[in-house]
Amino acid sequence: MSITADDHALLDHGYHKKSFVARWLMSTNHKDIGTLYITMAFIGACFGGTLSMIMRQQLMYPHNDIITNGDTWNAIITAHGLIMIFWFVMPALIGGMGNWFVPMMIGAPDMAFPRLNNMSFWFLACGFIFVLLGLFLDSGTGAGWTLYPPLDNAQYSPGVATDFSLFSLHLAGISSLLGAINFIATILNMRAPGMTMHKMPLFCWAILVTAFLLLLAIPVLAGAVTMLIMDRNFGTSFFEPSGGGDPVLFQHLFWFFGHPEVYIMILPAFGIISHVVSTFSKKPIFGYLGMAYAMVIIGFVGFVVWAHHMFVSAISTDSRIYFEVATLVIAVPTGIKVFSWIATMWGGSIEFKTPMLWAIGFIFLFVIGGATGVVLANAGLDQELHNDYFLIAHFHYVLSMGAAFAIFAGFYFWIGKMSGHQYPEFWGKVHFWSFFIGVNLTFFPQHFLGLAGMPRRYPDYADAFAGWNYVSSIGSIISGASTLVFFYVLWRVFTSKEVLADNYWGEGATTLEWAVPSPAPHHTFEDVPIIR
Amino acid sequence: MTRRDGSALKLAGMLALAAALAAHGHLAFAQSVTPDPTAAADGYVNAPHNWQLWFPAAGSPMQAKIDWLMQYVLWIMLGVVGFVAILMGYTMWRFRAGRNPKPSQTTHNTLLEVIWIAVPCLILVAIIVPSINLIYYEANDSDPYMTVTVTGHQWYWEYKYDSVPGLDYTSYMIPDNEIQPGEIRRLSVDHPMVLPVGEKIRFVITSADVLHGFYLPSLGVQKYAIPGTTLTSWTTITKPGTYYGQCNQICGLDHDAMPIEIKAVPLNDYLAWTKIALANYTDNTVSQPLSSPMPRNQLADATR
Repeated sequence: MSITADDHALLDHGYHKKSFVARWLMSTNHKDIGTLYITMAFIGACFGGTLSMIMRQQLMYPHNDIITNGDTWNAIITAHGLIMIFWFVMPALIGGMGNWFVPMMIGAPDMAFPRLNNMSFWFLACGFIFVLLGLFLDSGTGAGWTLYPPLDNAQYSPGVATDFSLFSLHLAGISSLLGAINFIATILNMRAPGMTMHKMPLFCWAILVTAFLLLLAIPVLAGAVTMLIMDRNFGTSFFEPSGGGDPVLFQHLFWFFGHPEVYIMILPAFGIISHVVSTFSKKPIFGYLGMAYAMVIIGFVGFVVWAHHMFVSAISTDSRIYFEVATLVIAVPTGIKVFSWIATMWGGSIEFKTPMLWAIGFIFLFVIGGATGVVLANAGLDQELHNDYFLIAHFHYVLSMGAAFAIFAGFYFWIGKMSGHQYPEFWGKVHFWSFFIGVNLTFFPQHFLGLAGMPRRYPDYADAFAGWNYVSSIGSIISGASTLVFFYVLWRVFTSKEVLADNYWGEGATTLEWAVPSPAPHHTFEDVPIIR
Repeated sequence: MTRRDGSALKLAGMLALAAALAAHGHLAFAQSVTPDPTAAADGYVNAPHNWQLWFPAAGSPMQAKIDWLMQYVLWIMLGVVGFVAILMGYTMWRFRAGRNPKPSQTTHNTLLEVIWIAVPCLILVAIIVPSINLIYYEANDSDPYMTVTVTGHQWYWEYKYDSVPGLDYTSYMIPDNEIQPGEIRRLSVDHPMVLPVGEKIRFVITSADVLHGFYLPSLGVQKYAIPGTTLTSWTTITKPGTYYGQCNQICGLDHDAMPIEIKAVPLNDYLAWTKIALANYTDNTVSQPLSSPMPRNQLADATR
């Protein structure tokens, strides 16, 4: 591992001769594919974020007239959910940062199956076209991202929009599945000599667990979606009561995928946060093994809690008790993670650079989202809170603030390594604080709306809910303005002339990606790194 | 007499209608002099109010129990969040680079790691015990005084009173442009569900088309309405009044326009109402607002 800037130029030699088409459309390089994924996530976030701004504008006042048609509204909420999950959070964390850094961190030259990697990206990109068709064609797909039948069967959702949305899930699912296979093969087989599993960086552990979750959960989604498509187009009745089917079956299948999916979105975030906290505390991660196996336990238990999404649906009393207890158990490994992060900071020499601010923000807000999660896990309380704004607040605290904060933490942490240019520290902090204020103002009041009993997916609401909705919409405007600050940060990064050192974070950054130049050369290592 | 009684023209029309019905020997005319059996529900309106910070006032023992457990769990969780916040705040202050330039390299402390596994487990046990009791309580719908079969439709509710053969009617939201003073936009309906106070009422909930959600926040009741199957829930309303709920499972175009309104009245008033309702709600497939002989709500200030 003695790569210098000269070697860097040598390693890159020849690569840049590739044409734009050859480099970006036929890429087999994990970094280029990672960049494509991050670009996809950026586009997805812009679309999904715009939809959320439209929704918050509509909800700013009762009886508002921005969206007057319920079908349009339902199409927007559906597309917002699908795009944010499948075309923002997942490509940013798994395809984007996972592709970029997993091979580098384990000392591998590339992913195990580079062509599969490329295919996996283009499935996702095509899926995005389909999800947009699902939004814009006819009156759009209006069943919510959970796609519960019978609302999205042929009788209640005629037209092709729903078929396109379902098909987009197939494409995103195949993409994730291929990606998961690739990550598992890479991590299990391509670690550098000396890089035992128990020396592997936590981000790689996180991606490994995530990949197993994808491998086991996505086929179930694919089955459920296929059955829906069959019901819609080929006269089957898997979910049709009139033909002997059962809509509740779909709920079970969907959440058997859907609950692991939430850990798919948050485990890579855990990995990034561990690296950022350790780097800026200038300390090794506290309780490494506990941290790694906490993620394994979260992944495992995440598969046996799905029906807590169905507490007010058709499940028995004893099932309600089992799923409540199993769900609450997840709080324990999550607690291990939170306390280990704080213990990593304890005794450290903490520098509050922008990535660290996002990481600390993540930990604090994720704990709030986790606490409301414990509340919702109580089946008895869920009878009151199910599907109302308390739930909306809960899952946006863990996603819009959890996953999104971790994505930004990873972005500010690694953008120098990925682009070769550093972000402007001042504007990074402006971005953090404005986004922190914006999202909290958006989502904290929604707890109150939920307690007062405001249901989700309403374009118009009783006048009594006006106050907190107004505050929430103001918050969304601040978050939107904050995103403009982020655009400015991006512009500064890509116009910067600054040359970065290999390890621009200094002593705290110890993983292998800091041993190679910034930006990382296309084939990373000229010799196989040996880990002592 | 009708919610349009502000309009002299429409009132005249209603009187003509009542006269016509009376000519057929119908009960409706006599009803105009009978006291409104649901009047007792008008004194207390349990509706959400602006800037509300907590659950609605508990309208049933079940909601009171939910309220209690919510406070119990939320106080524990506030303790957890507060502890983490203080710990993080102190760590950030005490170990900032300016104050602590030389980082320690400690990475293990077995005792600490055992503690932060054991303590959360104990907290969970403290939550699980009362929580499971609440689940059993909510599930116990045995021995009801009466059963109402609730059917969700796109986009209205249908209430069938199993103990009053033939009483089966629909309930539509009052459209925004027809809201009268005393009614609550997006919550008031043309024909509320009328229930006796103090009696155990079982809801048998189903759907005629897509999924709906039968959600009564002030009574602590929520179940999906699923076509092809029935779910049950129950309530006992503690005091006379008007209670509201909404559809809480996305059901298409007018998902936000199928609220639930319940008038809880003393048992005798309820029994009197069933007779009037039975005589007037003969058509169980009414798909548009009836020009109802039922006295309209004279609600107190809608937003309290």
